[in-house]
Amino acid sequence: MSNTKSTTETVHRVSFLDKDSLSIPILKILQADGTTFEEAVLPVIDQALAEKIHDTCVFTRVLDERMLGAQRQGRISFYMTCTGEEASVVGSVAALDDEDVILAQYREHAALRYRGFTTEQFMNQMFSNEKDLGKGRQMPIHYGCSALHYQTISSPLATQIPQATGVGYSLKMQGKRNVAICYFGEGAASEGDFHAGLNMAAVLKSPTIFFCRNNGYAISTPTSEQFAGNGIASRGVGYGMHTIRVDGNDMLAVLAATQQARAYALEHNAPVLIEAMTYRLGAHSSSDDPSGYRSKEEEAKWQQHDPVQRFKLWMINKGWLAESDDSALYEKYRQEVLASVKVAEKLPVVTIDELITDVYDTPTPRLEQQLKNLKQHIKKYPESYPNSAGRV
Amino acid sequence: MAKINMLQAINDALTIAMETDEKAVLFGEDVGHFGGVFRATSGLQEKFGRDRCFNTPLTEQGIAGFANGLASNGMTAIAEIQFADYIFPAIDQIVNESAKFRYRSGNEFNVGGITYRTPYGGGIAGGHYHSQSPEAYFTQTAGLKVVVPRNAYQAKGLLLASIRDNNPVVFFEPKRLYRASVGEVPEGAYEIELGKAEVVKAGTDITLLAWGAQMEIIENAASMAAKKGISCEIIDLRTLAPWDVETVAASVKKTGRLLINHEAPLTGGFAGEIAATIQEECFLYLESPISRVCGLDTPYPLVHEKEYMPDALKTFEAIKASMKY
Repeated sequence: MSNTKSTTETVHRVSFLDKDSLSIPILKILQADGTTFEEAVLPVIDQALAEKIHDTCVFTRVLDERMLGAQRQGRISFYMTCTGEEASVVGSVAALDDEDVILAQYREHAALRYRGFTTEQFMNQMFSNEKDLGKGRQMPIHYGCSALHYQTISSPLATQIPQATGVGYSLKMQGKRNVAICYFGEGAASEGDFHAGLNMAAVLKSPTIFFCRNNGYAISTPTSEQFAGNGIASRGVGYGMHTIRVDGNDMLAVLAATQQARAYALEHNAPVLIEAMTYRLGAHSSSDDPSGYRSKEEEAKWQQHDPVQRFKLWMINKGWLAESDDSALYEKYRQEVLASVKVAEKLPVVTIDELITDVYDTPTPRLEQQLKNLKQHIKKYPESYPNSAGRV
Repeated sequence: MAKINMLQAINDALTIAMETDEKAVLFGEDVGHFGGVFRATSGLQEKFGRDRCFNTPLTEQGIAGFANGLASNGMTAIAEIQFADYIFPAIDQIVNESAKFRYRSGNEFNVGGITYRTPYGGGIAGGHYHSQSPEAYFTQTAGLKVVVPRNAYQAKGLLLASIRDNNPVVFFEPKRLYRASVGEVPEGAYEIELGKAEVVKAGTDITLLAWGAQMEIIENAASMAAKKGISCEIIDLRTLAPWDVETVAASVKKTGRLLINHEAPLTGGFAGEIAATIQEECFLYLESPISRVCGLDTPYPLVHEKEYMPDALKTFEAIKASMKY
């Protein structure tokens, strides 16, 4: 047949395929007790890499715990945690080159930390102060940093997926030995942009890694109400894409899969889909309360699969980490985060002049006029605009 | 009559719509068991079953396309888009399909049974992806009705009328008033006619026109003006498409002045359309240029939200300027 690319067997009686026609194995390397499966093929990892991964996980845990607390105290307006999904995010970013471009959804700040985003930089964004790289224009956790090749987060879901296809294609055209990686959840994979992005990547041969964090829930909606097929991985095969499903709470499995996905993407100028099976241990966001849609028992079950704990045990087994070092690291980051909060929350926001910058490359005369009028108004009623009064 | 908030009033309207029309189906992201991220659909799945009230996969274009399909085959589709900021993936289905279904088929088919409910607007520290007021993208699309309530009472009556109207309606809900707007709301069914503005307060010197959450802003500005001896007539437009030119023009012929306030950016905002029409209708009656107090021509900001907003002080200043012209 000319309308399919694969060889098609001819049959003479009706027979349908269903979601079980395609069997998708799940890659597991690390066991819950920190030992590896007997036949497991390990990723490339040395002590320095393991320490960096562990450090990133501990920082992320502490950041999430403290900043969710800060949100509850009213110090920041909003927060989202990565808790439970650290292995998916850190295990994948650790397989990349520092100049591979990251297009994340919003729950992947651990990847940004891995690249070197400082505690102060995190705080500046969350407190929307004058040092925030995003100039205080977006809600907390919408980070971005061009120096670290991490594109700024956009709240609308899945928009980054076809964009990643374009970024990957551009890296190929520029002759760079780099890939794009795109993170998204299984809920976002229902958006039209997912289908457009993956199909285009496969057809146009874009070296892009599509990394799905299948964490069980899109806000309140469980996967059983999100898709009826065999997860997200089955779709990659449909688009003609190299595809793998991994245990997303298994740091070594995620690392191994992403290392090989990257090598394949570069060698073949082709996309790869990774579906990481994980669980969002926290709420969707600080505005959400999961008790309305899932049980404590279910959450407790997944606590047993803590990815950070599992990797820690592996490192201890290897003799690369002592329990006391681990505790000390948590304590160090708790102090660091607390100190950083105290500094960041005292800094002012950017001046009102930044309201009209970056709308276009240069402000239009109309915008200049609107700003001028606004400043006159603020001068007349300074007490009503405390963020800007005194600085106009 | 009970005192309830806007979310409860919306829930009330949805309940009545589902009870009185067995063809009504309600769907969207998280609207099922959870009852929606704002809880507007709380309890509805329990009451009407999963076949009539359910979560959809996370796809706005899918939700709108599905609504078109349901309505084209005689059903009443009540679709929720979780935030108006996220309606844009659905714009093809809404603008090219919902709005033109009847026209393109010579009325062989129509999707008049659709209502798209969506929370809009700022004032909640939501930045540009949880604060936008995209009504003007839809008012320019012939075939769609666009409705915005200002309080709990209005929300119930306008929503019920929208659901029962035989045209696709985009129903924008002012989310900052969801819990803040509390008022007397009748328990039974009632409808507020679409396409009719309401003179909320009579006045003689200047007409103030707004809709949705900005109504309380112009009411505050009118109080400030009253202390300066300026009498404002206040109108809630309520339906933006088709809009009630007659009521607004009659008011402006009386007062000789018009100020329009909306949260959306100035340029291309719906105030421009109103101003153009009113100067045609009332040219010889106007004592001053029609004034627009609107958002700046920037994306909706976060740290400068307060400065950006067309607030009561800015409106008050514009009232005085109009009077002095």
